[in-house]
Amino acid sequence: MAATLDVNGKPLSVQAADDTPLLWVLRDELGLTGTKYGCGIAQCGACTVLADGAPIRSCLTPIAAVAGAKITTIEGLGGDHRLQEAWVRLDVPQCGYCQSGQIMSAVALLEQSPQPTDEEIDAAMSGNICRCGAYQRIHAAIKDAAGQTPAADTQTQA
Amino acid sequence: MNAPFDRRRAQAGPSRRDVIVTATAAGGALLVGCSPTSLMALGAEGEVGAFGPFVKIAPDGAVSVVCKHIEFGQGNHAGLAAIVAEELDADWTRVGWEHAPANAKLYANGAMGAQLTGGSSAINNSWDQLRKAGAAARAMFVQAAAARWDVAVSEITVENGVVSHAASGRTADFRELLPDAAKITPPAEPTLKDPARFTLIGTDRVRRKDSRAKSTGETRFTMDVQAENLLVAMVAHPPRFGARVASFDAAAAKAVPGVVEVYEIPTGVAVVADNTWAARQGRDALTVTWDEAKAETRSSADILTRFQGLTDGSAALAEGESWQAFESRGDVAGQMQGAAQGEALEIGYDFPYLAHATMEPMNCVAQVSGNQARLTFASQGPTLDQLNVAKVVLNLPGSVEIETLPAGGSFGRRANFQSDFVVECVEIARKVGKNRPVKLVWTREDDMAAGYFRPLVHHRVKVVTDAEGYPRAWSHRIVTQSIMKGAPFGGGGVDETAVEGAKGSPYLAATPHVDAQLLTPDIGVPVLWWRSVGATHTAYVMEHTIDQLARRAGQDPVDYRRALYQKADARRHLAVLDLAVEKSGWAEPAPEGWTRGVAVHECFGSVVAQVAEVKMENGEPKVGRVVTAIDCGTAISPNQIAAQMEGGTCYGLSAALYGEVTLTEGRVDQTNFDTYRVLRHNEAPTVETYILAQPAGAHPTGVGEPGTPVIGPAVANALLALTGEAITAQPFVKA
Repeated sequence: MAATLDVNGKPLSVQAADDTPLLWVLRDELGLTGTKYGCGIAQCGACTVLADGAPIRSCLTPIAAVAGAKITTIEGLGGDHRLQEAWVRLDVPQCGYCQSGQIMSAVALLEQSPQPTDEEIDAAMSGNICRCGAYQRIHAAIKDAAGQTPAADTQTQA
Repeated sequence: MNAPFDRRRAQAGPSRRDVIVTATAAGGALLVGCSPTSLMALGAEGEVGAFGPFVKIAPDGAVSVVCKHIEFGQGNHAGLAAIVAEELDADWTRVGWEHAPANAKLYANGAMGAQLTGGSSAINNSWDQLRKAGAAARAMFVQAAAARWDVAVSEITVENGVVSHAASGRTADFRELLPDAAKITPPAEPTLKDPARFTLIGTDRVRRKDSRAKSTGETRFTMDVQAENLLVAMVAHPPRFGARVASFDAAAAKAVPGVVEVYEIPTGVAVVADNTWAARQGRDALTVTWDEAKAETRSSADILTRFQGLTDGSAALAEGESWQAFESRGDVAGQMQGAAQGEALEIGYDFPYLAHATMEPMNCVAQVSGNQARLTFASQGPTLDQLNVAKVVLNLPGSVEIETLPAGGSFGRRANFQSDFVVECVEIARKVGKNRPVKLVWTREDDMAAGYFRPLVHHRVKVVTDAEGYPRAWSHRIVTQSIMKGAPFGGGGVDETAVEGAKGSPYLAATPHVDAQLLTPDIGVPVLWWRSVGATHTAYVMEHTIDQLARRAGQDPVDYRRALYQKADARRHLAVLDLAVEKSGWAEPAPEGWTRGVAVHECFGSVVAQVAEVKMENGEPKVGRVVTAIDCGTAISPNQIAAQMEGGTCYGLSAALYGEVTLTEGRVDQTNFDTYRVLRHNEAPTVETYILAQPAGAHPTGVGEPGTPVIGPAVANALLALTGEAITAQPFVKA
């Protein structure tokens, strides 16, 4: 049965059944593979996308639940979003698999709170697991993108 | 894979025994006598361009460094590319990188004799090779320019990708000289740069080349492979290790729209579908009956109890089990007997099974036509994967084509002797046949329940001290499963991966009487290296024991370590300890509410010291500032060394605080992140990294793993200082 989703500003017709998780429709049917599968139970955040600006875990969200919502994926940020630039500036990614989800959660945070406190960053980002442990740079990059104190160099030649 | 780096072997090449063992693994006695690399490359087709296997230069002058090591987060591509760029005097902004194809002959790890990434050896084993590759290419451009301008080679300089002749004012870039340079025979022994004249290596300009693609979603992981006609497969696996399919009913699975076929394969029942969600639904609709006659049915609690019993004498050795000494001298028994009541420190330590839990679960794409196999996936050990796939499709290892993609983490999981998930994918692709691509997708639950865990480990340590409180006699027992058992190469003797870090410890070197032994019982749970391997437990045991001994001696733990390092002549340990102590302000009181702990460990040729600031918060340890000092030889990318210290610390801290896989009657209890707790953003420490200055040209050593094992004992030592209690089991926080 065909449904129409609003993804990154475009209405797209999809064939998947109503109860299919948004993640698999984005990835397999629409070819938007930037959004990742990590756990399938909304515990790791790798599948995070925005629905009307709010972060959602697409692995557990059936497409029927987002009919009519404006969905934004990592591809919809355009590649030069200030968070993406900060991510590159600070070399945040290691393996990189979780980073689309991390960035989408951070986008939602800055929309909500343009000058987030450390506690707000902790609260907004703790649903996104990074097994490489890039948390310190993720934290610094969010502050950097928010125009807060530039991150200090974390390494020194002694 | 994280096999220890063996410099001797790197120089001498694999032993004859390795040749034979490898030949047997490849299934052909006729192959005995070949060198392992040529054996493993049999059937391989490799084209090498004008600049050799490691350097490609495009018509527009852009340089691509061919990396024989997989990029799975550790940033090795940046370091490898920088080594070439430095010697080539290339314009770093125009240097890219690519993964090498699978070809053991061209791309073997010099430390292992096989194409493999592990043991924190990527930079270490490539240093000389890539310096030469870059210098040879540079010499070709110099010669081409000298010939074109009819001037002496010695008058030519190269800087930032521009070749110049100062006297005549002539310049040309790589693009202009390429047609001539490519025709020149590369010198076999090119002149290398004086390291004192390095302009790129060691600077902050050496940064990752993949950050942008990984921040836009463009990086193509195995999970993201799409192809015409691609099928997606999921497999129903047995609930216990060692079980097999008895029978199954596929009717409901085949009724799921999108499901194409259902196959029995050696590891379970595979559902093949048009897309991932259909495969998942089809897999869930299967009814499978398992034959568990040969399954492992023990609980991890029972396994641990037996391990403990084997060191305290309450459990007997089973047939085939025996203790193996890994370090011994003097008369420990006599010293223990002569010790006064209560003089000895005796303590047991327990470590659980751990899952690697990479963010990208295991997966693979394979297509098979007859006995020809082509794979597209994150291959950590292409040589192992070629060998194992060749056995399935009945062809020569070198005929198996592998395109390596970046991995969403590995931490050791993607290199194993059975190539488990790779072979599973090839078994399915063989059933599908017709060269049709099949993507095997494991769910998080499949990944976590598949085993290949960091083994469960028990240590028992008994130490008696001299009049000054330093160890006089040290008895050490380790019980764990052997990782190396079943390896197609190496093997026999003590499993070094189980004892590394205890064996060779400066603390043992400083102790006159030592009796250290290993026991490796067989258990039907697949185990594997896990970032920093033996050090995941030995660093903890050695470093936490030392703090307890310092405490008994009434000494500051830093002073106590310094004295032992001096006795053992452990200068690198001493240097990083001093650096961490200085930068952390150890001599001054810790910030209000925080307690400091220190630990030092050598891992894969690098030595790391950490001072961690810890407090208790809501009943759990909270780690704040972590000052890290590392000796890793020449620092190629200070930025990425720091990234590895930050990330390695998080990985080690996650395990020490929360990591635990348990088995109940053989079934894995934790199958997803709701029950397998890992470190999250709000729990992450702030790591500062200080790199020990080195003489120019010092051989670089690894950074991917050495940052992992030190934080656990540093935190435990802070808690010891805070509470007076030793912590004898990981994880610290019980579920």
